[in-house]
Amino acid sequence: MDKVVQVEGLRKVYGATVAVDDVSFEVHEGEIFGMVGPNGAGKTTTIECLEGLRTPDAGTVRVLGLDPQRNGKLLRERTGMQLQQSALPDRMRVWEALDTYSSYYAKPVDWKPLLAQLGLEEKRPAPFAKLSGGQKQRLFIALALLPDPQLVFLDELTTGLDPQARHAIWDLVRDIRAKGKTVFLTTHFMEEAERLCDRVAILDHGRIVALDTPPNLIHGLGAEERVAFTVAGGPSPALQSALSGIGRTEVQGERVVVHGKPDGETQLVSEVIGLLTAQRVVFRDLRTEQATLEDVFLGLTGRQLRD
Amino acid sequence: MRGLAKTAWMEAKLFLREPMSAFFTLIFPLMYLFIFGAISGNEPAPQYGGQRMLDTAVPSLIAMIIGITGLMPVTMTMATYRERGILRRLRTTPVASWVVLAAQVIVNFAMSCAGMLLLIAAGTLVYHVRFEGNALSVLGGFILSSLSFFGIGFMLAGSLPTVRSAWVAGMALLYPMMFLSGAFFTVDLLPKAVRTISAFMPLTYVVNLLRGLWAGDAWSKHVLDAGVLVGLLVVGVVVSTKAFRWES
Repeated sequence: MDKVVQVEGLRKVYGATVAVDDVSFEVHEGEIFGMVGPNGAGKTTTIECLEGLRTPDAGTVRVLGLDPQRNGKLLRERTGMQLQQSALPDRMRVWEALDTYSSYYAKPVDWKPLLAQLGLEEKRPAPFAKLSGGQKQRLFIALALLPDPQLVFLDELTTGLDPQARHAIWDLVRDIRAKGKTVFLTTHFMEEAERLCDRVAILDHGRIVALDTPPNLIHGLGAEERVAFTVAGGPSPALQSALSGIGRTEVQGERVVVHGKPDGETQLVSEVIGLLTAQRVVFRDLRTEQATLEDVFLGLTGRQLRD
Repeated sequence: MRGLAKTAWMEAKLFLREPMSAFFTLIFPLMYLFIFGAISGNEPAPQYGGQRMLDTAVPSLIAMIIGITGLMPVTMTMATYRERGILRRLRTTPVASWVVLAAQVIVNFAMSCAGMLLLIAAGTLVYHVRFEGNALSVLGGFILSSLSFFGIGFMLAGSLPTVRSAWVAGMALLYPMMFLSGAFFTVDLLPKAVRTISAFMPLTYVVNLLRGLWAGDAWSKHVLDAGVLVGLLVVGVVVSTKAFRWES
């Protein structure tokens, strides 16, 4: 099956608030599909409709070819889910959680290798309450992998984690994809979506405002790139005029910033370095700044991501 | 079935690791037995119609175990599991809701039984408490009373919004019942107004039923007690099934 998730015209209303409004998308087998957007954009509502935890007000949802409302139990046998707000009893130990949850599936994988794979081996006898945020999330990933799922849902997986723990979790998510599984995740970190996801749907006020691969989204924005570097004593007038030939150039003391539009053919940074090398200019602290998904969001909605 | 067995075993371990549950169901009634024993000993006393005090204290304390278990561990566990998202996590697995509830019933019943056996063992060994009833009959009364009180616990946990409110409601029901149901004092000696209040307390019927069965009464002498508890059980099952929610 190529299309693991198919959503058509999904709508969910809470009272007077339209949480999800006419959302349609597909998730392909073997990809990491990300749904990004600010808090309250409708990400969790969407994922919970896919998981069968909420009933859509309109639209059709198919997950692994199943209707989550009608075949919820079968779907839960074949998918792994990590929820944004969930917990285990404080005094339940790591191994006990895996052992108990295994008993809920018809054909669970052996949980012992999962412990090692997720780096929880030495936390095996630790009670849930004593785990760090990152360890709890790794345990939840392990629980989500117990049914040997075709599809794994990860809702706001790294919220509240420090950067180091976040990077470790990203590696684990890539491992899941490497095993041929499909990952559907939500996040409000644009950086996470950009670095982790094969395709990204940007959600705002319950609607999908863009859906593509991160490079295509960024390229589509047509945002300018910047190359900045420092020249001891400041750039000579000759260098300045040569740089102006590449792109708009600003000089602040010894710091030089060259702006340029990516045109797909030439790379701004290689042009600048080529020029500096040709003129034998000694430079340091060279940095390039390219547009990110953060800028894409700003460009599409006119707003910064609320965090 | 494997899921139920594993869950019940896990819940039993969690029950014993939770100091509150383990203390109040297993140790607290035993403490009262020794306090009563120290106060009065187990000699015939006129205020108990010539009966020996601890002979009636043991079935009363068994009733107290039932009240405590239904209103503390059952209520608090379910309310906590919902508020903290533990039920939400369970809901993402194929496990059925009845398995989650059945595991609680099994474990809390087993723990109440353990509390009862400790009490009977201590009463028999230390104070030579006499038992004149039919063991199966007492067990039947114990099962009926326990299930009725678990029903109250599930109703509270299902219908109150937070753990704190469930705790307050449980305590507000439990404390007056412990003192006014006859579990501690014979209600016959209390003023009429108090006896009227006592008649509205479910635990009063548990105390009457178990004390009677313990002393050798036939069930036919306790139709009212049994009827009230069966009625409570039915209401408990209906309301708690309707009120059950996976999340708050």
